[in-house]
Amino acid sequence: MSSEGEKKPGSTGGEGWEPNIVAFCCNWCSYAGADLAGVSRFQYPPNIKVIRVMCSGRVEPQFVLRALELGADGVLITGCHIGDCHYLSGNEKAEVRMKMTADLLEMLGIGRDRMRLEWISASEGEKFAETMREFTERIRELGPNPLTNGGEDSG
Amino acid sequence: MTEKVGAVLVIGGGPAGIQASLDLAEMGLKVYLLDERTTIGGNMARLDKTFPTNDCSMCILSPKLVAAGRHPNIQLIMNAEVKGITGEPGNFKVRMKRYATYVDETKCTGCGVCAEHCPIEGVNEFDMDLAPKRAIYIPFPQAVPLVFAIDPGLCIGCGECKQFCKADAIVYDYESEVESDLSVGAVLLAPGYDLVDPKVKTEYGYGKFPNVVSNLDFERILSASGPTAGHVIRPSDGDVPKRIAFIQCVGSRDAQTGNTYCSSYCCMAALKQAVIAKEHTEDLEAHIYFMDIRAFGKQFEEYVTRAEEEYGVHLHRNNRIANLVEDSNGDLILRYHEEAEIFEEKFDLVILSAGARPPREAKSLAKALGIKLNKFGFCETDGFTPLDSSAPGIFVCGAFSAPKDIPDSVAQASGAAGKIAGLLGEVKNTLVQPKEYPAEIDVSGQEPRIGVFVCHCGINIGGVVDVPAVMEYAKTLPGVAYAEQNLYTCSQDTQEKIKEVIEELKLNRVIVASCTPRTHEPLFRNTVREAGLNQYLFEMANIRDQCSWVHMKEPVKATEKAKTLVRMAVAKARLLEPLPVSKVQVEPSALVLGGGIAGMSAAIAIANGGYNVHIVEKSDRFGGHLNTIYHTLTGLDPQEVLEETRKEIEEDEKITVHLNSTLEQLSGYLGNFESKLSDGSTVKHGIIVVATGGLEYEPKEYMYGEDEMIIPQTELGRRLAKGEFDAKNVAVIQCVGSRNEEYPNCSRICCFTAMANALRIKKEHPETSVYVLYRDIRTFGFAEEYYNEAARAGVLFVRWDPESPPVVTKENGQIVIRVTEQFIEDEIVIKPDLVVLNAGVRANPDNEELAKMLKVPRTEEGYFLEAHMKLRPVDFATDGIFLCGLAHSPRLIWESIAMANAAAARAMTVLSKGEVESEGATSVVDADKCRGCGDCEEACEFGAARLVEVEPGVMKSQINEILCKGCGTCVATCCNRAITLRHFRSEQIMQMIQAALDLEGKT
Repeated sequence: MSSEGEKKPGSTGGEGWEPNIVAFCCNWCSYAGADLAGVSRFQYPPNIKVIRVMCSGRVEPQFVLRALELGADGVLITGCHIGDCHYLSGNEKAEVRMKMTADLLEMLGIGRDRMRLEWISASEGEKFAETMREFTERIRELGPNPLTNGGEDSG
Repeated sequence: MTEKVGAVLVIGGGPAGIQASLDLAEMGLKVYLLDERTTIGGNMARLDKTFPTNDCSMCILSPKLVAAGRHPNIQLIMNAEVKGITGEPGNFKVRMKRYATYVDETKCTGCGVCAEHCPIEGVNEFDMDLAPKRAIYIPFPQAVPLVFAIDPGLCIGCGECKQFCKADAIVYDYESEVESDLSVGAVLLAPGYDLVDPKVKTEYGYGKFPNVVSNLDFERILSASGPTAGHVIRPSDGDVPKRIAFIQCVGSRDAQTGNTYCSSYCCMAALKQAVIAKEHTEDLEAHIYFMDIRAFGKQFEEYVTRAEEEYGVHLHRNNRIANLVEDSNGDLILRYHEEAEIFEEKFDLVILSAGARPPREAKSLAKALGIKLNKFGFCETDGFTPLDSSAPGIFVCGAFSAPKDIPDSVAQASGAAGKIAGLLGEVKNTLVQPKEYPAEIDVSGQEPRIGVFVCHCGINIGGVVDVPAVMEYAKTLPGVAYAEQNLYTCSQDTQEKIKEVIEELKLNRVIVASCTPRTHEPLFRNTVREAGLNQYLFEMANIRDQCSWVHMKEPVKATEKAKTLVRMAVAKARLLEPLPVSKVQVEPSALVLGGGIAGMSAAIAIANGGYNVHIVEKSDRFGGHLNTIYHTLTGLDPQEVLEETRKEIEEDEKITVHLNSTLEQLSGYLGNFESKLSDGSTVKHGIIVVATGGLEYEPKEYMYGEDEMIIPQTELGRRLAKGEFDAKNVAVIQCVGSRNEEYPNCSRICCFTAMANALRIKKEHPETSVYVLYRDIRTFGFAEEYYNEAARAGVLFVRWDPESPPVVTKENGQIVIRVTEQFIEDEIVIKPDLVVLNAGVRANPDNEELAKMLKVPRTEEGYFLEAHMKLRPVDFATDGIFLCGLAHSPRLIWESIAMANAAAARAMTVLSKGEVESEGATSVVDADKCRGCGDCEEACEFGAARLVEVEPGVMKSQINEILCKGCGTCVATCCNRAITLRHFRSEQIMQMIQAALDLEGKT
């Protein structure tokens, strides 16, 4: 659980390629967790750009697909822990939907690992930072999005 | 008579004080919320998780903190205490004293630079002294108000903070204390409780052995934002404990400390902590040593079962730990007895479940306000008026009147607010003025003209991110007409500046790139509204909490990210549209379903608040189940109260009575319901209170019905009251039809009934023997006293195990009960001449049909299910419908009354407004695209999406924007993309995605 991963974005992956990641965070838990990471000054790589939605249940599969199509190397969806949803069950629906989306990514040859669904509460600032570190590293290992011509991937 | 004042002083800012303040403020009363701390949140802010849902405490509390902090009718008075009171109910003058924090709250932005430079470190009391704080500090990151304070005990006056505070908020030469008067119509006491200092139980070594911690210490250790960042480690050496033990009743049910009462919440808190600790450390072994496990709340017993069976928490019944010793490793050795043998067990960490004691300010409060305290130092209340202190016009709620858990405290808080509304209803809206905004500028058809305000936040952003570069970059983005940088965009002068620029440059969208919308969006929305823009033409980019603060060592990359975040905000802003807020008139009357004590109390409270009420009772008589109860544990006669209440109902001109009547058909929604009743009447009403009560279980066990010597407890109560009791040898069997497979939960009231009946028998028929055959005695709170009294009076308590319940037979005309007593592990044979079955509570079977009509959920046992078990005990998720009494779960009489007042108060927050406003960011259906599949109706938890037959055979979904909460789950559910969530439209999010990934910044 240390923060060793944090200091080396850009130092691996060759040719200066940096993973580009989009994260959807629900307003009530995980966006608050992201803010708490900030208040607590937990450091994580700047590769992730957060889009705030009110509930993880708002996230449509097409958001994930569109992000990957436009060149995102990874997509993260975060919501309240099961049972904690501000809207009672939006996160349960997100879970079903994102499982389906992951299957689809696998079928399309993009790979389910480029997408992740994670529950992060408003008091889990460290978990938010750790998830960002870890997911960035994972995407770094996977390399650039195969749908793009970017990075070292040629086709 | 002096004129009434439409303001209320609420003392104590825990969950109860906050809830009451919000309810009162929503009812149009001015609220002063006073706390002796520098922030609100109380003990709940310290908790990691809450039972029985394991909800993250801060996740559910924080929105309430923010709501209270920014409510225009609530004024927070922190670091203050009350010194005296004059006047009368309706018109008091309260003397208060404020202690200086040496920080100007109008200037402090909460940025925290002061604390970073403060050289002095002390211990943070909020973290139970387990973590440090600076001499200038906020106790926790989510603090409300987000204003730093100087601890005068720590500060050395070095001037570092003053030097670095760019907002110039530090004022060393404030007077250390200032007294002033407040004019209010009523006072509500909600100061909560303090923890018993575990040091007084010297045998447990708290303060001496580092690995002995209190339950609140352990909450902080478990908390992800606590001193160990949520790593469960023991204080002595930072090792991860593998074996932990909880000792219950530390300073509760304890004659040694004088606290002979039960603290009510510690059993569940310990179970929760054990479960959560096991979630942290999988192979952890958790043992709880207790006397009785008191899991008497809604669905608590199921939690116990889960803790034991799923999580493997070890429960050691009937154990009072004698003492513990520390070995050379810092491990702790507990001595305990089980079945008459002495055992020793070694643990890595021991948690003392310290009980509640009166809040430290109890005595000074009592003196200042002239209220009576009970013998334990809690606020004294009477049996059927649990929300009234001994002084008229001064009300009480939460743990100050007796230790209780959060939902009961919150229910009482709303209840007290309801009573105050009755007192001050005629002067509501006299001290609060709805804010007037200029007419909205019509921006339709205009090209976007976006203004971007980039904040330095002192050095919080500017110290990492190149703010001028971000500003210059913003100017290059399409649609941006103006960009500037501010030292603090949230400061008052910048608000004026923003308004000027909007007007001057005809801006029609505004972006602030600064901190988080969670705390600051309302402020900026307000500013753009004041400039005539619709509040939804505003967007934020979070370049502090989610950029400069988390990429502190990478200024170049942080600047690039800040640019991207601004680009994303601009991309969305171009597509922002003004959203109308629709308003619906509220029919200012209520429908109360159920004429028991809960329904009647709710009806009276709402009528006292000035609204018409229709009360519907199925039978020909008011009173419900209470008609069969003749005495309470505290010796009161419910029939007297019932008679008075009935009279009030009949005489109140605002209340229309519908006896022999039920609800047949319901249509409409919040503010505008229409009901057809079986008595033929049609009623229009703005809200609904569900108070349909419960039933007594009809036993199938213990030969019930086979012999006239076997009776239920209500029959015993009746015989005692009517002088028909003549038994010499009574056996009372507890948990009949409760805590079993069919009905897993506790019925809450039966232990009280057992004590009440047993004591009355002993008093009136001292020669009669009484046996109480029980599993756990659950006389929570001050009722523990009566348990002790019953034991002293000679009532014999026989504990049985659910594995071998008592067996009732009839032998030669004699009833014989055989039961294995757990202490002595031997069979006892009782030959009673009267067997009393303490039958549990059952949900009203009518609930099933009613739930369908109201479209609200029920629990598996058939009770109604509230919106949130912890903080919204009397609300349904569907707006405009409330619940109380046994419709919710088994309750004591006074609890039902308090809850009924709570439901009334929550209802009156709607009724008092005259109209309800929709949230602008709601979902809308495109009828052309809708195929009427009904998936959205199923996905919506709030009853907002409904299928409607628009023409014969054609179903279309319609979303009621008054009920819609804007979560957007229906949008993602709709397979034909027929639904749009305004303000989070798919194309807006798509544009943000594109902007996030557009590395060259072309968009």
